[in-house]
Amino acid sequence: MAVPSIPLSGGDTSGPSPRGGRSAVSSAIARAAPAAVSVGLLFAAWELYARYGGVRPTVLPAPSRVFGQAWENREALMDNAIPTIRATLAGFACSLSAAFLFSALVDFWPSLRRALFPLLIASQTLPLVAIAPLVVLWFGFGLLPKILLVALVTFFPMTVALVEGFGATEKEIGQMLRAMGAGRWRVFWLARLPSALPYFFAGLRISVTYAVVGAIFAEYAGAAKGLGIYMLNAKNNFRPDLVLAAVGVSAALTLVLFGLTVLVQRLAMPWERAAAERGGEGRQ
Amino acid sequence: MTRLELRQVRKRFGPLEVLAGVSLNVAAGEFVSILGPSGAGKSTLFQLLTGAEKAEGEMLFDGAPLDDHGSRFAFMPQRDALMPWRRILDNATLGLEVQGVPRRAARERVAPLFAEFGLAGFERAWPAELSGGMRQRAALLRTVVQERDMLLLDEPFGALDALTRAAMQRWLEAMWRRHHWTALLITHDVREAVLLSDRIYVFSARPARIVSEIKVPLPRPRTADASVAREAAVLEAGILDTLLGATDPQPSAQRRPKGDDHD
Repeated sequence: MAVPSIPLSGGDTSGPSPRGGRSAVSSAIARAAPAAVSVGLLFAAWELYARYGGVRPTVLPAPSRVFGQAWENREALMDNAIPTIRATLAGFACSLSAAFLFSALVDFWPSLRRALFPLLIASQTLPLVAIAPLVVLWFGFGLLPKILLVALVTFFPMTVALVEGFGATEKEIGQMLRAMGAGRWRVFWLARLPSALPYFFAGLRISVTYAVVGAIFAEYAGAAKGLGIYMLNAKNNFRPDLVLAAVGVSAALTLVLFGLTVLVQRLAMPWERAAAERGGEGRQ
Repeated sequence: MTRLELRQVRKRFGPLEVLAGVSLNVAAGEFVSILGPSGAGKSTLFQLLTGAEKAEGEMLFDGAPLDDHGSRFAFMPQRDALMPWRRILDNATLGLEVQGVPRRAARERVAPLFAEFGLAGFERAWPAELSGGMRQRAALLRTVVQERDMLLLDEPFGALDALTRAAMQRWLEAMWRRHHWTALLITHDVREAVLLSDRIYVFSARPARIVSEIKVPLPRPRTADASVAREAAVLEAGILDTLLGATDPQPSAQRRPKGDDHD
């Protein structure tokens, strides 16, 4: 028992571990292989059907055509992606701040939860198709209605994640802190907030995908520029290839944001990796 | 000199009576254990002492009513309650930080103790990288650096495997011989109580009363030689009998053979 079971000298643990090199890369490739194969097969089948199935390209363009057109129209696509990115990030930032504030209030005054959660849940039942044009009607074609719509779809999952995360604080940690003489604010700051981090990131991964969809929906309902309005125009011009190209851009955007949240989580929670390497052995 | 004294402390949660008049005392530098069956309300007693719950009856510390709970006790909860997001060094300084000691000064106070607690070299490790016994020692380190008047240990080794637990008990006894902390330990492990305590209060099942108070006159260290170990074993057997008799749900059928045994 008294013998340290892992050789560590002070200060070593903060640096990147040397064994993370090549084996990590090859194992990442091995893990990505099944997904690459299934996506490849899907595209191949689609390509074959579009070419030899007798469908017109104005109905179902082949993937090769979609990619070709995407490349040809890359400037227009980028031009329209930027406002979408802006709306997504601005809306998401607003929603995150609001969710944090609100969940903290709920944590301090649980009766707020009973007062406001029904309202929040109801907000999630609003069909975006119906609400997006109204929000645009009320707030115009600028950034504001997009921010509002992105916030509408992401606020609730983030709030729920945070409220649950605060609640997941180990009871004994709270008890111990109070015995140390910590007040409620201290307990919140020292224990409840860090305890909520895994829940926060789980919520973040889900809602960041909603955020992009929310922004595109808002643009679809009315905007000067953006992937949403680009899709609408392409559809009206009978250009499904360009619609799909824009869909591809928005999917790529979502994946990048998703990857960023994973990266931020790694940086923000370095102890998680230590726990994973240890694999729970020796605990209890 | 008596430090902690409880007189007829009662506690009920709604219709559920948990403590039915508990009186006990702990002297300065004394190691006292509360031994009782699971769910007897032992931990409730600690909640009263740390101020998490209110109760009837008198609780005195150094003769004065216990109102300023935070400043008297350093509390070590059942599981280690180490914060997974803090390195061991920062877990150890937690109590000092809450007291308002600046981080740097707190670290300077804690760092020299790592060797004595068998944690040298692990200052920068995450709790998840430590074994169960090491985590428990880190938790005790976090508890004693608060330099409070008295330690409250709530089944500190309950979650460890048997071998680690035995090693930790010996280690804690050695530590106590050196520091003579005033300590109140909650446990349901008879051997642990006999090994560590100067006195033992045996609790009944809920609602908890004190069934008996047992002085442990054995010389320390109690694991060193065979004769002491034999005496300890006799004491253990007697306490176990008291405990089983007090918790027996069907006294008529089973009490008699046990009683004969005892006599």
